[in-house]
Amino acid sequence: MNLHAVLFYLVSALIIGATAMAVTRRHMVHAVLFLVISFFGSALLFYLLGAPLLAALEVIVYAGAIMVLFLFVVMMMRIEPSDDFQEPIRKRLAAGGVGFLFLMLCALIVSRAGDAARMPMQARMVEPAAFGYFLFDSMWTADEIASLLLLVALVGVLHLGIGRGRRRTAGEEDG
Amino acid sequence: MTVPYTHVVFLSGMLFLLGMLCLIIRRNLIMMLLGLEVMLNAAAIAFVGASLHIGQLTGQAMTLFILAVAATEVAVGLALAVCIYRRTGTVDPACIEGDQCSL
Repeated sequence: MNLHAVLFYLVSALIIGATAMAVTRRHMVHAVLFLVISFFGSALLFYLLGAPLLAALEVIVYAGAIMVLFLFVVMMMRIEPSDDFQEPIRKRLAAGGVGFLFLMLCALIVSRAGDAARMPMQARMVEPAAFGYFLFDSMWTADEIASLLLLVALVGVLHLGIGRGRRRTAGEEDG
Repeated sequence: MTVPYTHVVFLSGMLFLLGMLCLIIRRNLIMMLLGLEVMLNAAAIAFVGASLHIGQLTGQAMTLFILAVAATEVAVGLALAVCIYRRTGTVDPACIEGDQCSL
């Protein structure tokens, strides 16, 4: 077991622990902050798995942009921290059943994996320049689709924002 | 030499399970969106591990696509959550439809 493997297991434990803390917090701000730790761990993991550009993007986009957006919305809504877990026992049973099935499926897939998947992987590092060349050379359709998706999201959010203002004034007139 | 590919897949599966449980158990639209983010992140980890395993860059390109999808999804989802909160005063998905709120 070398340094790569030790770091991988340490970072994996950090990610799973931080995510488990995040999904069980009652206070949403605490949950978001724990998830920021988890995404920093994911960025470290990407670097270990040989993707430095994706590690930087994970920190910038996930931990930077998305989580800060969550934090803005949580602070804007002023929702009291409450016990918002599902009360009915059916839902908890459903969650437990889904988790059990999923773990069984995971164990099945891992146990059926071939020898190639069991061998330790060769450590490799993809230079950001090489990745960029690959991305804009043979994957340019995916880039165009992603940019189109972001444009559609922009238009949709803009529409939601404008529509909300109109409906709100209508509601105030009704009240 | 690093770890075997199955360990990466197992980590990704555990993260996906945590996100799914968050989506099922929580009664709060924002926490449900957080669960979705965790699930997308788990998929991204699996793709990067597979990219290293098969020695091709396609998995990393797919991860970039996942990043864009996550940003889009969270923007639209949070806009919808704010919209619902302004109209109904709650983010509990059980309370949005009518007035039979159990809280």
